[in-house]
Amino acid sequence: MYGVGLVKGMGVTIKHFVNTYVDDLRWFGRRYYNPEAFAVRQSPQAQGIFTVQYPEEKLIMPEEFRYIPFLIYDELEDGTRQDRCTSCGICAKVCPPQCIWIVRSDDPETGRPIPEPSEFFIDIDICMNCGLCSEYCPFEAIRMDHDYEISTYDRFSENIYNKEKLDKPASFYAAVRPLNYAIDEAAIAEKVAKKAAKEAARKQRQAEKDRKTDE
Amino acid sequence: MTDKESPQVEGTTREPDSLEQHFPGILTPDEREGFDGYLVAPDKLTEFATRLRDEFGYDYLSSVTGVDYLPDEVMEVVYHAYRIEGGPALVFKTQVPRADPVVPSLVGVWPGADFQEREAWDLLGIRFTGHPNLRRILMWEGFEGHPLRKDWHEAYFEEDAKPFANRWPEGDVYRIEDKIPFGKNVQYPSEFTPEGWIPEGDEGLYAGLGQISNDGDGSSLKTDQLVVNLGPQHPSTHGVFRMVVTLDGETVTDLKPVMGYLHRNHEKIGERNTYIMNMPYTDRLDYLSSMSNNFGYALAVEKLMDIQPPERAEYIRVIMAELTRIVSHLWAIGFLLNDLGAFFTPALYAINERELILDVFEAVSGSRMMCNYFRFGGLARDLPPGTLQTIRELIFERLPRRVDELDIYLTENEIVRSRCIGVGVLSPEKAVAFSAAGPVLRASGIPYDVRRAEPYGIYDRFDFEVAVRYGGDVYDRYLVRLQEIRESIRIVQQAVDDIPEGEIQTGKPIFQVRVPAGEAYGRVENPKGELGFYVVSNGKPNPWRYHIRAPSFINLTALAEMCKGHKVADVVAILGSIDIILGEVDR
Amino acid sequence: MSEELSNNDNPVPEGLQGQIAITSLDKIYNWSRRSSIWPMMFGLACCAIEMIATAASRYDLARFGMEVLRASPRQADLMIVSGTVTKKMIPIIVRLYNQMPEPKYVLAMGACASGGGPFKEGYNVVSGVDKFVPVDVYIPGCPPTPQALLHGLIKMQEKIDGQSVLEVPWYRSEPIDEIPQPLLGPDLIDPRDIPDFAEKLKAQEERLAAERE
Ligand code: SF4
Ligand code: SF4
Ligand code: SF4
Repeated sequence: MYGVGLVKGMGVTIKHFVNTYVDDLRWFGRRYYNPEAFAVRQSPQAQGIFTVQYPEEKLIMPEEFRYIPFLIYDELEDGTRQDRCTSCGICAKVCPPQCIWIVRSDDPETGRPIPEPSEFFIDIDICMNCGLCSEYCPFEAIRMDHDYEISTYDRFSENIYNKEKLDKPASFYAAVRPLNYAIDEAAIAEKVAKKAAKEAARKQRQAEKDRKTDE
Repeated sequence: MTDKESPQVEGTTREPDSLEQHFPGILTPDEREGFDGYLVAPDKLTEFATRLRDEFGYDYLSSVTGVDYLPDEVMEVVYHAYRIEGGPALVFKTQVPRADPVVPSLVGVWPGADFQEREAWDLLGIRFTGHPNLRRILMWEGFEGHPLRKDWHEAYFEEDAKPFANRWPEGDVYRIEDKIPFGKNVQYPSEFTPEGWIPEGDEGLYAGLGQISNDGDGSSLKTDQLVVNLGPQHPSTHGVFRMVVTLDGETVTDLKPVMGYLHRNHEKIGERNTYIMNMPYTDRLDYLSSMSNNFGYALAVEKLMDIQPPERAEYIRVIMAELTRIVSHLWAIGFLLNDLGAFFTPALYAINERELILDVFEAVSGSRMMCNYFRFGGLARDLPPGTLQTIRELIFERLPRRVDELDIYLTENEIVRSRCIGVGVLSPEKAVAFSAAGPVLRASGIPYDVRRAEPYGIYDRFDFEVAVRYGGDVYDRYLVRLQEIRESIRIVQQAVDDIPEGEIQTGKPIFQVRVPAGEAYGRVENPKGELGFYVVSNGKPNPWRYHIRAPSFINLTALAEMCKGHKVADVVAILGSIDIILGEVDR
Repeated sequence: MSEELSNNDNPVPEGLQGQIAITSLDKIYNWSRRSSIWPMMFGLACCAIEMIATAASRYDLARFGMEVLRASPRQADLMIVSGTVTKKMIPIIVRLYNQMPEPKYVLAMGACASGGGPFKEGYNVVSGVDKFVPVDVYIPGCPPTPQALLHGLIKMQEKIDGQSVLEVPWYRSEPIDEIPQPLLGPDLIDPRDIPDFAEKLKAQEERLAAERE
């Protein structure tokens, strides 16, 4: 009969319409601005409308979420900053649109290059948020930020991020990406241990050599 | 084609190995290291192609592209042909001197070559004699040069290959426009003066359209045909696509698609990139299904490198590719209804479900749309904790119910039926001839699905049906998509049940993979159809040729055919049912 | 908002028109403008998909009074340039911009529209729509997530809030010039370049010659 399909379809829309109110009742009207309800509303169990009331409510970004990269520095006990980046250039080499510029720094006394960038630029008007820089950085120094609220009125003065703007402390990293941070810390600890072991082995060899020459 | 099969049974069972004996003097095997297929003399090409189609059953021309071998001063045209019953590709090439590349057009043999030959003319300057309309397709008429030639440089040209030296170690930051006199990514031939320049109008474009006026035979009115432009800024062309339509009253008599408004030079950039750099760029081809684009590219490069991803990675790949198919088809269905005039409600329901799957993608890969998740020989990272559970909830509980709901909502709807049934019919013969792929091909009654015809990854392990319908109209394309969503759900259900633990990457992840010289063609069944990556390596860190067989682009070849005789309002629905993505059409 | 309105909707007597009156007038004027921005339904590339997702129910542009996506530039206040701007498309974008009535705003969504993005080096890509039309807000990201787009739109509202009815250009008596439409030649031609075209062409030749060495 003509119209049956239409009526059935209308039934679906009505169901969608009613579901929201059912959900409202379920949460006793505390459907919005309630973290508990919000988590359910954004999951596969969601019923009815599941609008995010941005900017009052914000989606919880998953750990892997990536936007613009940032550089990590460790805060040493004496309050100075120790860059993790060694200006090895791998991120600049792997970056697909080539939007990373790294200026290496030289030791003012010897003139030899030292493993620290003196400047680090990322043109975020080119960056494609691909995360390859962070994936292949061998020193856990560049990671992807979660901050997406970075729109500006003027790109020429603001959208080439320099080192100052990119630098974030390790504690910030730990706050935005705790799991990755733990993995990185383990990797760093392993590296330190390896280095120490190597050093110890070298010392031992040296000592043995010394003993031999002494004999 | 099944109905033509009987007289050529003999031909279709022959092994391609024996091809050489059948074409003495015409065919020589391609003996370069890492290459396969045959070389055909250009003057024998048409004869060879006709016989290949008629006697050997290679009725489906998948891809045509050119390669500029600058060091050898040779321009090569590469063809990939299939039998529609399935099986591997037959690759044949023809070589012409680079200075004056002229190749006979194969549009007469396989009409599906039409747009691809125009593209090769536009970007590489290969002239196809006998082509009915050899005009530029992606760039505009009057553009200077053929950009994909290796010695052609754009205004923002820095170096031939990435990485560029001034990023590191020199570290010289500048905005490239500051170094260009015009500041705008433009360059002109010297001696060019804009004062006298008259840009080519649309006359050339309109010229091919049959514009007849009907003088009226007494019983009817005297009418003139009308040329109407739809797009490039039009809400229902799904982006910046333009159709030039001639109308007789409201009836479409001819249609010409005009594209290139989103031509982003993917291939030129891709040939400068290193292999891994292209991965995130493939996301931006068909931006609704980035995961399966990744899949195709990874397959092509893995073929060249001769590596296999580990078991777990294979399963995750299938899960992601099938979720992508669901996402893409949901979007297509929602926006088909949009085009039919059911503004936004069905699309909203579809987008709801899409958002939940995008959340999975975001958790897994870090981005909702631009996933960049596949690596050569594996994946970027393992599934984060809890994700498999979310996928389970979606795939076993929510999505099957929601798809049924969508089915109830739309399938029997009388308005949908009367707008869709019998509109935009593409016969199976035409579908094959025009190289249509994906749901468009399957809705025309050809059960061709790359996952079945030439299984890749681990698709041979799953139990699923190839969705096929026989009407070839808009409605059947919608039904095929709906059915494919259900099949994809089935595949993912099997995959999440069987997924093993283990590694997700073969070997260590390296950023500069070593790719031996050779060629490879990786193809996957994308939601839009067969997506192919033709990659030629010369052993360097950058691909020498990187070509994409874009299903949306080639499906458009049949658009005019589908639209003729229908009303102008149906054109929008027909276009919606092909489900094009401009990022892929124009690349 | 309602209190502000009830306080201010009476006409201010002639003699009292001063700074305060203008500020409150500005407030009403801007409040009504920013709460009913009608964007143009105009998608270019991948970012357009995120724009549509923003308009859908999860992020719901209607909460900002922006759900009325107009297909015609004549009815739109805001052009969201959502995606890669190509040379083939820019003449049309400029034409659409010219067709929009004042007051009009442009929002460059994503890396591509702001500065060329990942495709910047491409031969058919315009490195930023601001080379041709003035842009009010830039949203970095590739693609900006729907929430990032909403953040940009809120920034746009803030910008509108900062304008004063006394200063806005569209009530002046002289007409606002249209942007000349670029032409498609051997490459894209910007008519604004033409006066010093020959000079630049010479500079280009020198650059190319230097590069060849
Ligand atoms: S790869 Fe890491 S350590 Fe090397 S330059 Fe980049 S950020 Fe610094
Ligand atoms: S995220 Fe990708 S595009 Fe952005 S700086 Fe890192 S590597 Fe480059
Ligand atoms: S910024 Fe990124 S997502 Fe947006 S249009 Fe450009 S490539 Fe696509």
